[in-house]
Amino acid sequence: MAEAIFFYLFAGLALIAALLVVTSRQPVYSVLSLLVAMFCLASLFVLLGAYVVAALQILLYAGAVLVLFLFVIMLLNLDRETLARTRSFTLRGAGTLVALVLGMGLVRIVAHAMAGRSVPPVPEQTGTVERLAQLLFTKYLLPFELTSFLILAAIIGAITLARSTGPDE
Amino acid sequence: MITLTHYLVLSALLFTIGLAGIMTRRNVILILLCIELMFNAANLAFIAFAKSLGDPSGQVIVFFVITVAAAEVTVGLAIAILMARRLSTLNADEVSLLKW
Amino acid sequence: MVTGFPASLAAWTLLLSPLAAAVAIGLWGLSRRRLAAACAIGGLLVPFACACWLLLHTLRGSLHLPLEVQVSWLLLPDLAIPFGVLIDPLSLLMSLIVTGVGSMIFIYSTGYMADDAGYSRYFTMLSLFAFSMLTIVLANNWLELFMGWELVGFCSYALIGHWFEKPAAAEAGKKAFMVNRVADFGFMLGILALWAHSSPLATERTLNYQLLQTRLPSLLQSGWLSHETLVFIGLLIFCGVLGKSAQMPLHVWLPDAMEGPTPVSALIHAATMVAAGVYMLCRNFWLFHEVPAVLDTIAWVGGATAFFSAWLAVVEPDLKRILAYSTLSQLGYMVMAVGLGGHIAGMYHLTTHAFFKALLFLAAGSVIHGTHRQNIWELGGLRRSMPWTSATFLIGALALCGFPMLSGFFSKDEILVLAHEHNVVLYWIGSVTAGLTAFYTTRAWCVAFLGKAPEHLHPHESPPVMLIPLILLGAFSIVGGYLGIPAFLGEPAPEFHWDVARTSLAAIATGAGLAWLIYHRKVIAAEVIARRFAWLYQLLARRYFFDDAYTWYVEQVQQRLIAGACALFERVIIIGFAVNGTAWLIQLAGRAIRRVQTGRVQGYVLGFCCGIIALLYLAGRF
Repeated sequence: MAEAIFFYLFAGLALIAALLVVTSRQPVYSVLSLLVAMFCLASLFVLLGAYVVAALQILLYAGAVLVLFLFVIMLLNLDRETLARTRSFTLRGAGTLVALVLGMGLVRIVAHAMAGRSVPPVPEQTGTVERLAQLLFTKYLLPFELTSFLILAAIIGAITLARSTGPDE
Repeated sequence: MITLTHYLVLSALLFTIGLAGIMTRRNVILILLCIELMFNAANLAFIAFAKSLGDPSGQVIVFFVITVAAAEVTVGLAIAILMARRLSTLNADEVSLLKW
Repeated sequence: MVTGFPASLAAWTLLLSPLAAAVAIGLWGLSRRRLAAACAIGGLLVPFACACWLLLHTLRGSLHLPLEVQVSWLLLPDLAIPFGVLIDPLSLLMSLIVTGVGSMIFIYSTGYMADDAGYSRYFTMLSLFAFSMLTIVLANNWLELFMGWELVGFCSYALIGHWFEKPAAAEAGKKAFMVNRVADFGFMLGILALWAHSSPLATERTLNYQLLQTRLPSLLQSGWLSHETLVFIGLLIFCGVLGKSAQMPLHVWLPDAMEGPTPVSALIHAATMVAAGVYMLCRNFWLFHEVPAVLDTIAWVGGATAFFSAWLAVVEPDLKRILAYSTLSQLGYMVMAVGLGGHIAGMYHLTTHAFFKALLFLAAGSVIHGTHRQNIWELGGLRRSMPWTSATFLIGALALCGFPMLSGFFSKDEILVLAHEHNVVLYWIGSVTAGLTAFYTTRAWCVAFLGKAPEHLHPHESPPVMLIPLILLGAFSIVGGYLGIPAFLGEPAPEFHWDVARTSLAAIATGAGLAWLIYHRKVIAAEVIARRFAWLYQLLARRYFFDDAYTWYVEQVQQRLIAGACALFERVIIIGFAVNGTAWLIQLAGRAIRRVQTGRVQGYVLGFCCGIIALLYLAGRF
């Protein structure tokens, strides 16, 4: 019972936040709406028993990635999207329409596919640090190590791309 | 009773909203943001399945997804900054260099 | 008893030696003149020996003819075309003529063409020609005949245009080939019709002579082959003769063919190729025998050709052209003979004609070689300066006229006897033509060989290599009547008809006498007669306007209308529509499709999603 209330609460909030992300004029509002959405999702993760991931979501995703977004927006001094340079209405309309259709299709597929399967309400101890660490350092060791390379590459790439151009360039 | 289907439907809806955002937004950075929304939707689906199947691998995957998303956003924003500097615009419509 | 392997070997060697010679020259002899000449002459002497060997055994009785050997050449599901050799008296006689006269002409050519740059090429083509001619002669089925037929046409083209740098020669070669092409079209239709009617069963159809000959009565009786169809077939096949043996109206190529070297004229346009038509008629006389209507047509065409071309020779100044018209006339005689039912008489005259006409041409060649002139009005007094040439020319001329006891007399008389029995009109035409023959021959002799030599003429006698063939051919022209050729072919010569002989002798005497008076004694000047009958003279000089008519047709009707229409079709539809149109269409499509690539990512994402929707729809998941 309680689970249902929490689920609908956080789900509704996440949906509203998502809509705000997509429709806000101000870029900062979009980022902040996404932040709210991430928080709601983190709560849903907790409901589903994935405690570590929820924490990581807030720490990394909300805390680092979105902050990076905010920094860049402020760096570039983005203002509200000027209405002057409006895109053709048909393209936006077409985009929304197509997304809607696809969405409907997706929902239907999903709804019919997993009918019958249930999620047991009792939280088992599957989302703890120990359990996750066990998997991470045995079964998924290789991807774990590879992500470190990935992050290194991303760092180097980002620095190379975005460094300020000197007087010789 | 909240079943797996509820979570998956929610995930699908979030995904769709993110997709609509990609196709309608003009600003490049906001497009990246909508991509992040889609990532989150996928993460939700993974976690839901992990719980449903009793296999924590789903959560490990989400761990990796978050990491990769972070790396990707880093590079993507660097490119956006470059674009803003060189082409003086962040409008996706005006950047159409990769064509005939 | 000669059977089996030796006989087959002789037969195949007979056919294939000239081909081997041609190939050998083509591979190794093009820069080695003596090798080329040796190969070519050897390539004809070897088959001559084979033919003599076969002849010997036939006369002795140890070889039974007909001898037929063949190999399977083309095998298709419903069609089996063999390539074979058929030896019977007729083909044996013809091959002896081709190889015998041919080898003499080849030997002569080594002297005549000694200074020519295209010496080896000449001998290659000559050898190829010999092979093609033997293919016609020795063929055992219609298709092989047709192959040889076309091939000799090509060799004739190549040899007429041997000096292709001369525009007149190139044009003459083209003309010969084109006229023959027209004729061969009809010929081919006839062969195809014959094929189709050779049996009701598709798998039993054949073009083999002997099979067709045995089947013909039953085919006619059963109704599969109607009489009208056979008439049609006969006429179509006769079309081929019109072209190859230069009967009217397709005779126009033969006078122009004199642009080629004189030995070529002797071999191809006197002795062998033009005789191929007559040979073919005689070979397949069993077919024409069933359709008297066609035989009548053949006789009249032959008679007309003989008569009208003799008149053309009367006004001709060029020595070779006189002989060409003479050939046309004699061919007319042969064709007329076949049309009157005397195919053996026709072959007899073909044989003797081969001897004396080749002789006359070679003698003319000797004159040309010695004086570098062809116009009889520029010649004179050659009797003293070129004695051997004159003597042999005289023998040939007398044989041509039908001087008693020479070969031409016997063969021509047989034809006149036939005409006397069957068709009085043609008999009188033949007799008048005999008189005309005597006239123009005496004219040529008097003007070129008698009288005084003109100032700037310094003739010299030809070398022995050219004189010996002349002498040999002269000998054959004299004794040709005593060789028993008709008997060899199956029908001994009929008994002597005094009245026919009397008429022909009278005609010859009149013609020769008139020519003697006009051209030697100069009783009446030739120019006076020409002026008196100016209209006749013009008509003859313009060759009855045949060439003009054909040229008009080709230029105005064919090129303008038909070729113009074809060119228009090609320009508009093929080039415009198909080629350029396709290109334009593709360009249009390209331009349209290029618009899709906008370079805008969101557009691509949109397309992407549409694709996914489409796939989901098709997969039935919607």
